[in-house]
Amino acid sequence: MIAAFSGTWHRVRSGELGVLPVVGLLALVWLVFQAINPAFLSSDNLVNLTQQSAATGVIALGVVVLLHVGQLDLSIGAVSGLAAAITAVTSVQWGWSQGVSVLVALGVGLAVGLVYGMVHTRLGVPGFVFTLAGLLLVTGLQLRVLGPTGSINLPFETPLVYLSQRAFLAPAASWTLVALIAAGYVAARLVERSRRLRVDLPAESLGALAARCAVLVALLVGGVAYLGTNRGVGVAFAVFVALVAAVDFALRRTRWGRSVRAVGGDADAARKAGVPVRRVFVSAFVVSSTMAALGGVLATGRLAAANQGTGEVELVLTAIAAAVIGGTSLFGGRGSAWSALLGVLVVQSVSTGVLLAGGDYSMRLVVTGLVFTVAIWLDAVARRARRG
Amino acid sequence: MSAPVLSLRAVAKSYGAARALDGVDVELHRHEVLAVIGDSGAGKSTLVGVMSGNQRPDAGEIAVDDRPVTLASPAVARSHGIASVFQDLALAPNLDVVENLFLGAELTRGRLLDEVSMEKQAWELLGQLAVRVPSVRVPVGALSAAQRQGVAIARSLLGDPKVIVLDEPTASLGIRQTAEFLTLVERLRSRGLGVVVTSHSLVDVHAVADRIMVLRLGRVNGEFDASVATQEELLAAVTGVESPGNGAVRGGGAR
Ligand SMILES: Nc1ncnc2c1ncn2[C@@H]1O[C@H](COP(=O)(O)OP(=O)(O)OP(=O)(O)O)[C@@H](O)[C@H]1O
Ligand SMILES: [Mg+2]
Repeated sequence: MIAAFSGTWHRVRSGELGVLPVVGLLALVWLVFQAINPAFLSSDNLVNLTQQSAATGVIALGVVVLLHVGQLDLSIGAVSGLAAAITAVTSVQWGWSQGVSVLVALGVGLAVGLVYGMVHTRLGVPGFVFTLAGLLLVTGLQLRVLGPTGSINLPFETPLVYLSQRAFLAPAASWTLVALIAAGYVAARLVERSRRLRVDLPAESLGALAARCAVLVALLVGGVAYLGTNRGVGVAFAVFVALVAAVDFALRRTRWGRSVRAVGGDADAARKAGVPVRRVFVSAFVVSSTMAALGGVLATGRLAAANQGTGEVELVLTAIAAAVIGGTSLFGGRGSAWSALLGVLVVQSVSTGVLLAGGDYSMRLVVTGLVFTVAIWLDAVARRARRG
Repeated sequence: MSAPVLSLRAVAKSYGAARALDGVDVELHRHEVLAVIGDSGAGKSTLVGVMSGNQRPDAGEIAVDDRPVTLASPAVARSHGIASVFQDLALAPNLDVVENLFLGAELTRGRLLDEVSMEKQAWELLGQLAVRVPSVRVPVGALSAAQRQGVAIARSLLGDPKVIVLDEPTASLGIRQTAEFLTLVERLRSRGLGVVVTSHSLVDVHAVADRIMVLRLGRVNGEFDASVATQEELLAAVTGVESPGNGAVRGGGAR
């Protein structure tokens, strides 16, 4: 019993179990808050939780990619605030179509990331240093764009507000998606298995494969069915999850993703192996800033407003905390796109859970800070365990 | 004699005031093992860096198969058929064996990584070199020093290079592993490769090299035919003591 536990503990510490420990943490958080307030796991609250997670989650996804190359961008909040301001001002005051406004805002995020990437690769300064300068610059721009009133409201009936607040997948649509995802996953696994068997490589047993697929299907069906008893799966949340899946795929199945992880593990080794290290750094900064801008756009839609408070420092810390709590290492080269989803769910659950339990804002910060601390500690311990 | 597969002429490299290499000439042929020995700071790693494209020389010419080349980066050197195993091995500890072997030269299928083919080739390659790892899917950081070195050598062999440059390959190996490594170098030579090995250890080098080049303070301080050179001669060239071959070299501490 004790041996089994210490074995498991060792695997948790060395990071061998992937995202499983975070899933356990999320379950624990949910059980605790459910015990304190039975409204916590109500479908109504969970729908709110998923919708609130989307904007921060997208930003956290950018953090995950940048952490993979061992860098941090402290200006992601400012960039999301600037993107929000640009979206609001150009669409409300200048009368641009909202689609164009959003594209321009994303373009500005991308440009910021390009500049950061250049600064990092030319000057060799760590990201968390020069992005502090960027934070000041971008916040200044944000205030300038917002103008003297400092706040702009988006009309309730515009597409962006509708999509990020009130749009939910129709039941037929969500079930079709579930079916497609499940079928695609099973097919991909089977193809991989048969290719491995054909060249005499060890392959997963059919039983293990079936179990794996069953877990995925159960999660999807359970989630969609339960959220469906209320308003269903929000479009904003669905977009976020789709982005997570896309980034996960890119990190694990493309040469770019392989390069990103190699650069995060040992940039000099990657360069000697012929990886275009500079381009990889630039691309990671670009992904991070663009995601931050997209997060800002989603937040504007959700609040139906952009103001000076959009993207304040707390958002930065929440997004970074979410990425690390979700299991992406601060030391580079290790993590998973899914840690953005799981981490942001943990952070948001703590936020709403503390409030539902009668705690206040200060309490919320303290609990989130504690969870973050534990995550950092685990990350550091895991690194030491790997070094042996 | 056939044209050298790799040749360096009058190569120089300085770090500020320190002259790491000064007018160094090297010729390497196919089917040949060239050992480069020298004291700490003699310029061995710098020479390897120049050959592998990791360092740009300040002056001098490099030719591959008699064609002048500029080795601007390790990737360019590879494309000319020169593969390197660096002193630090240059492996990413968080990536597994397959990922490290194919890093920078991944096999793809469509636009996606072809893990199945890479894993298959990885097993074959490690098998040929008799490198034993528990699994090709463990992170390289979890392997022993000898296993890591096997992986680094295996990686250098991918893509059929003409020349392999190894910097201090035996430094982190035990006695048995060193012996295995030396057999491996012989196998590379019999495949027709040109091999450059740097070392501190005169014994190891003697066992495997055809030719031994001694570097001292960035200059070539003698070249020897490995089959006839004596330990004393080599030691004298390494340390810069005059009149090699007589008892004076061994003097000093001897009773
Ligand atoms: N990056 C660098 N910056 C400054 N000086 C350097 C650098 N690399 C090497 N040197 C200097 O160049 C000279 C040759 O160094 P090099 O590393 O080539 O020697 P080496 O023969 O490989 O030594 P060792 O046996 O210790 O590995 C030394 O004096 C060293 O201090
Ligand atoms: Mg050296």
